[in-house]
Amino acid sequence: MTKIVVVTSGKGGVGKTTTSAALATGLALRGFKTTVIDFDVGLRNLDLIMGCERRVVYDLVNVISGDANIKQALIKDKKVDNLFILPASQTRDKDALTTEGVEGVLNALRDDMKMDYIICDSPAGIEKGALMAAYFADEAVVVTNPEVSSVRDSDRIIGILASKTRHAEQGEGDIPARLLLTRYSPERVENGQMLSVEDVQEILAIELLGVIPESQAVLNASNAGSPVILDIDSDAGQAYSDAVARFLGDQLPHRFVNVNKKGLFGRLFGG
Amino acid sequence: MSIFSYLLPKKQSSASVAKERLQIIVARERSTRGGPDYLPQLQQELLMVVRKYVPVGEDAVNVQVDRESGCEILELNITLPEEEAQQQY
Repeated sequence: MTKIVVVTSGKGGVGKTTTSAALATGLALRGFKTTVIDFDVGLRNLDLIMGCERRVVYDLVNVISGDANIKQALIKDKKVDNLFILPASQTRDKDALTTEGVEGVLNALRDDMKMDYIICDSPAGIEKGALMAAYFADEAVVVTNPEVSSVRDSDRIIGILASKTRHAEQGEGDIPARLLLTRYSPERVENGQMLSVEDVQEILAIELLGVIPESQAVLNASNAGSPVILDIDSDAGQAYSDAVARFLGDQLPHRFVNVNKKGLFGRLFGG
Repeated sequence: MSIFSYLLPKKQSSASVAKERLQIIVARERSTRGGPDYLPQLQQELLMVVRKYVPVGEDAVNVQVDRESGCEILELNITLPEEEAQQQY
């Protein structure tokens, strides 16, 4: 059965696209046939993060309007088998995404392309694009930074997920939503300068999928156009791998949430 | 952290300030979530009516919508000032 997953956050710049790319790649690496769709119509960026920006011919809106079929529009990833990208359109027409159109694309990915997972990379905000990315989802990943505006917006999005999805409208209850805390810095948490995992979890009250540490590897990965999960030596890459395992039901302890303890000397005289 | 910082009086950390502020605002926003759009205006107008008779602060009127098994409950909470303050008025 095909599972549709929305990666969302409300606030921009917290790591939705990075997470969508990592999650899709991680699932494909485990043998699941996966498509990641960029719903940010007008501001396409997933193609850059996935490193396929020069291979874009058709996009999501082309498929919805019938200018191309799903097979023509899907870009097959060059590094990972089973992984496909459906880029966003650069059109500025906000009404390009229709409920019927999006449903048609998702049905084609499920029935014709036999996808196991469809990852919907939501745009920021709570406008049409974000609502469309979430509407058909079976499951949600809420990406949050340990910072006040991001946490507040995530709470808002969790509320929207509880009422504005197809499952909710059909009275099938809330879709499962899990928290991915990104750009986490254990040192700053210990010094009382950053909200802790426990703080954010207490406020948002949803299950924790993973904690991704603040890491240079994320910028390196986007510079190179290669999802950070492929950087298996990096902390962020390993944290994303763990999150994918947990997403699939594994029980793993959370890593990268504590500071490596300094010795007595360091604690007394360290900066 | 050096040894000297242990000797200084402890200031409240910025993270705990953030947590407190978030808990308050999130609770407030959740209480009106999914409710009708006229709630804020209803709250303002109620406040004006109450103020014609009793001097109350901006946050004295609290409007909340609850849902219980298919039935919506509009809950109004008006906090009146203590009696001494009323007599002065």
